[in-house]
Amino acid sequence: MKHSFRFPRDGAGVDRARRRFVQGLAFGGVAAGLAGWRLPALAAGAPRAELSGTEFDLEIGALPVNFTGRARTATVVNGALPAPLLRWREGDTVTLRVRNTLPTTSSIHWHGIILPADMDGVPGISFMGIAPGDTYAYRFTVHQAGTYWYHGHSRFQEQTGLYGPIVVTPRDGERFPAERDYTVLLSDWTDTDPERIYATLKKQSDYYNFGKRTLGDFLHDARADGVAAALAERRMWNRMRMEPTDLADVSGYAYTYLMNGHAPAGNWTGLFRRGERVRLRFINGSSMTFFDVRIPGLKMTVVATDGQDVEPVSVDEFRLGVAETLDVIVQPDGDRAYTVFAQSMDRSGYARGTLAPRAGMQAEVPPLDPRPLLAMRDMMGEMSHDMHGMPGMKGMEGGCGATMDMGDGTAKGGAAQAHAAMPGMTHAAALATGRGVDMRVATPRTGLDDPGVGLRDNGRRVLSYADLHTLGGPFDAREPGREIELRLTGHMGRYVWSFDGRKFSDAAPLRFDHGERLRVVLVNDTMMTHPIHLHGMWSEVESADGAFQVRKHTISVQPAQQLSYRVTADALGRWAYHCHLLYHMEAGMFREVVVA
Amino acid sequence: MSRRRMRHMLVAALFAAMPQAGAACAQEHAAHAMAMPQDAADASAPTAAPDAHARHATQTAQARHAVHAPPAPTAAASAAAARHVAPPPPAHPLPGMTHAQMVEAMAMGDDAVHARLLLDQFEHARGDDASAAAWNAQGWIGRDFDKLWFKTEGARRGGQVEDARAELLWDHAFATWWDWQLGARRDFGAGPGRDWIAFGIAGLAPYWFELQATAYVGAQGRAALRFEAEYELLLTQRLVLQPRAELDAYGKADPARGIGAGLSDGEFGLRLRYEIRREFAPYVGYVWTRRFGASAGLARSAGEPATDRQWVAGVRVWF
Repeated sequence: MKHSFRFPRDGAGVDRARRRFVQGLAFGGVAAGLAGWRLPALAAGAPRAELSGTEFDLEIGALPVNFTGRARTATVVNGALPAPLLRWREGDTVTLRVRNTLPTTSSIHWHGIILPADMDGVPGISFMGIAPGDTYAYRFTVHQAGTYWYHGHSRFQEQTGLYGPIVVTPRDGERFPAERDYTVLLSDWTDTDPERIYATLKKQSDYYNFGKRTLGDFLHDARADGVAAALAERRMWNRMRMEPTDLADVSGYAYTYLMNGHAPAGNWTGLFRRGERVRLRFINGSSMTFFDVRIPGLKMTVVATDGQDVEPVSVDEFRLGVAETLDVIVQPDGDRAYTVFAQSMDRSGYARGTLAPRAGMQAEVPPLDPRPLLAMRDMMGEMSHDMHGMPGMKGMEGGCGATMDMGDGTAKGGAAQAHAAMPGMTHAAALATGRGVDMRVATPRTGLDDPGVGLRDNGRRVLSYADLHTLGGPFDAREPGREIELRLTGHMGRYVWSFDGRKFSDAAPLRFDHGERLRVVLVNDTMMTHPIHLHGMWSEVESADGAFQVRKHTISVQPAQQLSYRVTADALGRWAYHCHLLYHMEAGMFREVVVA
Repeated sequence: MSRRRMRHMLVAALFAAMPQAGAACAQEHAAHAMAMPQDAADASAPTAAPDAHARHATQTAQARHAVHAPPAPTAAASAAAARHVAPPPPAHPLPGMTHAQMVEAMAMGDDAVHARLLLDQFEHARGDDASAAAWNAQGWIGRDFDKLWFKTEGARRGGQVEDARAELLWDHAFATWWDWQLGARRDFGAGPGRDWIAFGIAGLAPYWFELQATAYVGAQGRAALRFEAEYELLLTQRLVLQPRAELDAYGKADPARGIGAGLSDGEFGLRLRYEIRREFAPYVGYVWTRRFGASAGLARSAGEPATDRQWVAGVRVWF
């Protein structure tokens, strides 16, 4: 029964040092790292490092930075954090000579770009990495357009700043023309050595969760809903040793959230003239953070995701999973500033920037939303609905839907019995928990229309995958010849993450036959949202009824959700396939895919 | 479908309202909205050859545009459908390597060794008759499912260590919430030292109770049982109340160490800590200790009370 006095979460009551940490320095980052250099306030609106053409020389190096008042060393490209925007043209063959000046092996992966396997930049799979002092020449032809990004694929270099945007200009011009075009790269900066963060999670996995429920919360709920209801609700979670506040493994306690390399106080600014259409290319370059993005006062028209144009859809807010990209067009018609507000999913902090007609303006920054709790559907999937009104189900909440080890390592408590008694529940038997799997979902939910925990019924029009329809249909209209089901598994307490209960070290590669069309079904047996990224090939997500929905390179699978997508295995070679939460990937939520 | 189309029209209207290229854009979207049912048909239409999908997509896109006669800028739309080109095979694929070499090249950390040292109690205790210093520490080093554990517990009173023990155990995770532990224990301090073989179960019970139950077998037919349980109640995010209970039982009396056969002693502690950092938390607490049965008799005959109540103050530290 872990419960709480609720502190105001919007900064009030937070001491000054803490606020500086959360909001960062106004002139922080790379500029502050250069001894004695201070960029003027206008720098926030100035163009960022950008490279275009077909020949690129990139240098990975270390650079002193200061985002929070503490001097640290970041991993950067050409002295920039984020790394320079690379602007390519569809159809061009680009050559990128990447030199590594770090004392350790490094790498760059071009996220979402279709290219030969040896150009993909994953050490141990695509190549051996770039040794200290060496240069690797990446060369490939770009047959796609849109917003992508690039990042390090070596250990935790991505966490320390090795990420940057890519924009590929379409050969025939933009489908959705706009007068202004900005990349908005969101990331999570930490002053803590990521090796230490990873080790800490292995020692105490809830170390960064400062949003747990406390005794005060219990008293509050007991007053509001009655003691019996509050107790029953706690009983359910606690009996299963599940934590409904487990929204992010690493929180604002360790992170300062950045927008284009600017801490909130630094206020990245994009300029516009009234009435102009402004295209914002959002990229989540975080290691661990899902962002919920909105621009109070503006409707956003979503026009592309993961580089792929979609039927335009107008929303107030969207959740951007780690490694996903989303392009929106806004048309500010006031002579005023608008805040681009990106709060972390666990509401422990935010990245923030401004759209303004003139530099130096700013608008009100909204308070963080209340911290949400995971719901029954995040643990039990469909069954949380089925259970309503079923006679004889009272008191069963503890074990139903999610198959839980009830304490002695073998018994499944009421869950198995419940499944036997219910028609249409067949897979329960095979779903065992174990030392690396603390939860199973017997009846996952299958819809795509849930925007996810914290965004449900918040009064705003929030994007969900059900709203995304890639224009032009699938690249391959064949029916899948076979189906691969993978379960996303983990053990929160031991901080073990895997596919199908097997960590990378213990798992054989997945084998795709060259040219085949197959369906991948993912079932999330955890209470976290996992952004799953298949390298080398597109993932064409199916709607709940099996129709083509949206083409993506990274797919966020919500807790207790089942989701499927079609893949055409047309890219020969060895590829990485993993959860894009960096510490989950390092913990083994990773598979090799071999196309042969 | 109709709701989706309506939404689509709205968006098209929104684009139409935008200056400049709005008109062309809106036309395209309206056209697309009308093509919706056909989209669905496209998606399920079979194709002839695996690598023909790009061509197929182009054809359907062209067909659609022929029907709706789009304006020039939307040529981009038809190109979009044709955009996918399968990548050529890798020119320089990696030579064959073992899984271990691959893991090393990737710097994958999924089987790495980690270590933790927790000084759970490091405290000064003030009781009815005397004061003492006490410790309870445990550390581990190892991988996710197999670790080497070290535990030690004891007290110092009047400059002398009394009733202390140290254990070295192999810990293996065997179930969702449970580990078994196998190793050795040595008792030291007042009285003769004793050595034991230890086997126990440790883990997390429903409702977040942390439990440890260990059986010991020693020389001369000695046997012992030890049970520990603790819980953490969050008063705030940093203020934690930790109730903790401990019970010891022995199969055979060991008067030299003040132990009688049967249930020998129990301890119940309540510690309130404040986590300045997660790793560093000063605390205050209150601990009840009670000796039972024959052990209580031995204590009384040695002039010690069978029960004791102590205020404690200390720090909990880990790294």
